[in-house]
Amino acid sequence: MTFAFDLILCLMILGTAAIALFVRDALAAIAFFIAFGNLMGLAWLGLDAVNVALAEIAIGAGVTGVLLILARARLLALGDAATSTGSPLLLRLGALAACAGFVVLLAAAVLSIPPESGLDRVVAPLMPGLGIENRVTGVLLAFRAYDTLLESFVLLGALVAVWSLAPAGAWPGRPADPGMADAPMRRVAGTFGQLLLPVALVMAAYLVWAGSDLPGGAFQAGTVLAGGLLVAGMGGTIGLPSSDQPLLRAALVLGPVVFLAIGLAGVAAGGLLVYPAGLAKALIVTIEYTLFLSIGVTLALLVAGPPMPGASDPDPEGKG
Amino acid sequence: MSWIDLAVLALLGAGLAFYAAGSLGFLRFPDTASRLHALTKADNLGLGLVALAAAIYGGSLAVAAKIALVWLFAVIAAGTTSQLLARRARLDEARLDDADSAPDGGLR
Amino acid sequence: MADWFTLVAIFLLLTVAAALVRCWRGPGPVERIMAAQLAGTGVIGVAVVLGAARGDAAFLDAALIGTLLAAIAVTAFVRGTAKPGAKE
Repeated sequence: MTFAFDLILCLMILGTAAIALFVRDALAAIAFFIAFGNLMGLAWLGLDAVNVALAEIAIGAGVTGVLLILARARLLALGDAATSTGSPLLLRLGALAACAGFVVLLAAAVLSIPPESGLDRVVAPLMPGLGIENRVTGVLLAFRAYDTLLESFVLLGALVAVWSLAPAGAWPGRPADPGMADAPMRRVAGTFGQLLLPVALVMAAYLVWAGSDLPGGAFQAGTVLAGGLLVAGMGGTIGLPSSDQPLLRAALVLGPVVFLAIGLAGVAAGGLLVYPAGLAKALIVTIEYTLFLSIGVTLALLVAGPPMPGASDPDPEGKG
Repeated sequence: MSWIDLAVLALLGAGLAFYAAGSLGFLRFPDTASRLHALTKADNLGLGLVALAAAIYGGSLAVAAKIALVWLFAVIAAGTTSQLLARRARLDEARLDDADSAPDGGLR
Repeated sequence: MADWFTLVAIFLLLTVAAALVRCWRGPGPVERIMAAQLAGTGVIGVAVVLGAARGDAAFLDAALIGTLLAAIAVTAFVRGTAKPGAKE
């Protein structure tokens, strides 16, 4: 029975991926990409990799889909038809060869791992020292913490890159108003945003808290928060803050800076990013709570785009 | 098989029927408004009945409460999206008379 | 009993596939986004059902995230819609 489920799921994943790649209409491609992300989330659930499933459903199907939809709307506004045109045969063959080579390399790498040598048996004996039970969180925030630290700064760097695209004179302003153009729609989305934003905040806080012992974590939580902020922004429930607002800047850097500070303080306990014995769980939870807030605000602003001229609707309510 | 198992199976069957009706209607109905109507059957009743079955089968209050939340937010989201999509479809129809406008509804 | 839930999950996947056929055919953008929405609902159903079959409550967190983020794509899709004749 489970085999039949896995087989159908695999076929549907391959099918949605192929259609998303080959269909001409951009919106159809986006719709299939969203379905693909959801199905991939199910596949990770089926493999009992719930941490990855949460991230895939939140980021792959949720926020990336929104980003693509808004990008298409922007293309249409700029006069692009948003349909794919034919590319030269040579380019296609080259891409095929490159992808096929990469797949073969990846398959060889995966197949060369002996089945018994999972990371799990390395990590499991080390977990009691941390006081948390979710091994993925253990790897992300303790054993390979520098990866996560660098990632949090990469995300910040991405926002700086987006902001640097602001037209001259627009800096430091607000991003273009993400609100609905149509007033009745704005009311519907606004009511929904008023409800969703607090719920998303609670859900995100729960995901961080659960992330110590159960599947969850800062990135998933941050994405849920970003989703709440985006709907609230599109419904006009919250106004976007000006990009030089001190409170906003503080929210953006809080997570990475706290992470870095705790990591540097670890030098006193034996090395960079070493947590003192007994304090590990408290420090990890502190890092994750500040990190999720920063990730959420950063992701929402990444989707909102760079500051634009004329988007200076005075709104004292900042987010963050 | 106990009475509870039978109830769970009956709820699952009813939920599946609504999911199937939603998908079939979505596939077969001739216009956007009817398709939207079909969509809400799966969103509200299909998921609701299947979730109720899972909640009874789960047997713990915490699990049941979480499943109830899943359904509650699915219903709220479905209500919101169907209003938005219906309005969008209506404005698109009105725009069909407007030969000058963009083919995709004047998105910014 | 768990087998029944898996069977239901298979059936739900098939309804998602049916919805995706409409997504493929269109004809309009509204249909495609509606199909993505219906596929999302199907996937949430599968997550709930799989969670019951395996007795793992963490699956429900995935379903909960799915429902919370379900409306965002639609909201983003309709946000630029304006009344015909209205100024941009």
